[in-house]
Amino acid sequence: MKHHIIVRVISKFLIPFMFLFALYVQFHGDFGPGGGFQAGVIFASAIALYTLVWGLDRAEQAFKPRLIEILIATGVMIYGGTGLLCLFAGGHLLEYRALVEPGHPQHGEHLGIGLVEFGVGITVTAVLTGIFFAFVRRGRT
Amino acid sequence: MVLTAVAIILLRDLFAAVMLWGIFSLLSAGLFVVMDAVDVAFTEAAVGAGISTVLMLGTLTLVPTREKATDRHFQLMPLLICVLTGAALIYGTLDMPAYGEADAPINKHVANYYIRESPRESLIPNFVTTILASYRGYDTFGETTVVFTAGIGVMLLLGGKAKRRGGPSAAPPVKAGAGDDDDHGGAMATAAASASREDAS
Repeated sequence: MKHHIIVRVISKFLIPFMFLFALYVQFHGDFGPGGGFQAGVIFASAIALYTLVWGLDRAEQAFKPRLIEILIATGVMIYGGTGLLCLFAGGHLLEYRALVEPGHPQHGEHLGIGLVEFGVGITVTAVLTGIFFAFVRRGRT
Repeated sequence: MVLTAVAIILLRDLFAAVMLWGIFSLLSAGLFVVMDAVDVAFTEAAVGAGISTVLMLGTLTLVPTREKATDRHFQLMPLLICVLTGAALIYGTLDMPAYGEADAPINKHVANYYIRESPRESLIPNFVTTILASYRGYDTFGETTVVFTAGIGVMLLLGGKAKRRGGPSAAPPVKAGAGDDDDHGGAMATAAASASREDAS
């Protein structure tokens, strides 16, 4: 769709804001609606828009398929790693209050929730982008 | 919403159906906002109206965009089953407490504890996040793993790696590799055939 000038200009204008909004949803999920899952979906939507306008080849230059494969696993590992970290810090699995020194359970909860939401966001972004790329690649051949 | 749903069923043009599907999702997101479930509405708007519409359009590039015409003669049995199931479901909802009633079981169980205690225990104002990530941390971990598995599954099914190497730039080496594989397969098949022949003799 590169030859449609309106689509090109508007998408170029919108995509950075979509990424920014995704990051806002990701890290503001503690205070307002949203969280890792929604942020990941918005992030993937922005990548999908980019792919629709500029084509799969340029999108794959920016988001390498290999990188996506790694990120899919990284997100789950961040989530599980946070859980294990709590275990090693002396708590139960995913008991975030063990993450910081005793006496500040709230801060531990905050930190842990932020970390796992980050993991969820990464996995959802990578999975949806990967699925979308797979569909587009399949449609092309 | 009902109109959109009926239109989706009646439409033969799959492209229009996908678009209406997105509108339907957006309308249900609005419904969730009206019911004060902002987080659910957000998810519905992003997933239902956003990315799944895009994925459906991606699917439409792989399949024909018109639904196959079926013979539309009247069939009694499916209609009967649908009406009976619907009636049973509606009958089941008659027992449910009215929406927002204070005595409803959902408002008597752990919900009160979450609403009262979660701001104190975690300093996070949005207790939906606290419930999902902390109180229900295991469940969310499971969900993330499900997303992970789904992603792996789709990428395997739609041929992530093999297709990528099959691109125009990297075609010759793959051709050679495939040829080698075929040779091995052929050699092995010949060997197996001769072995079985020996067995037979």
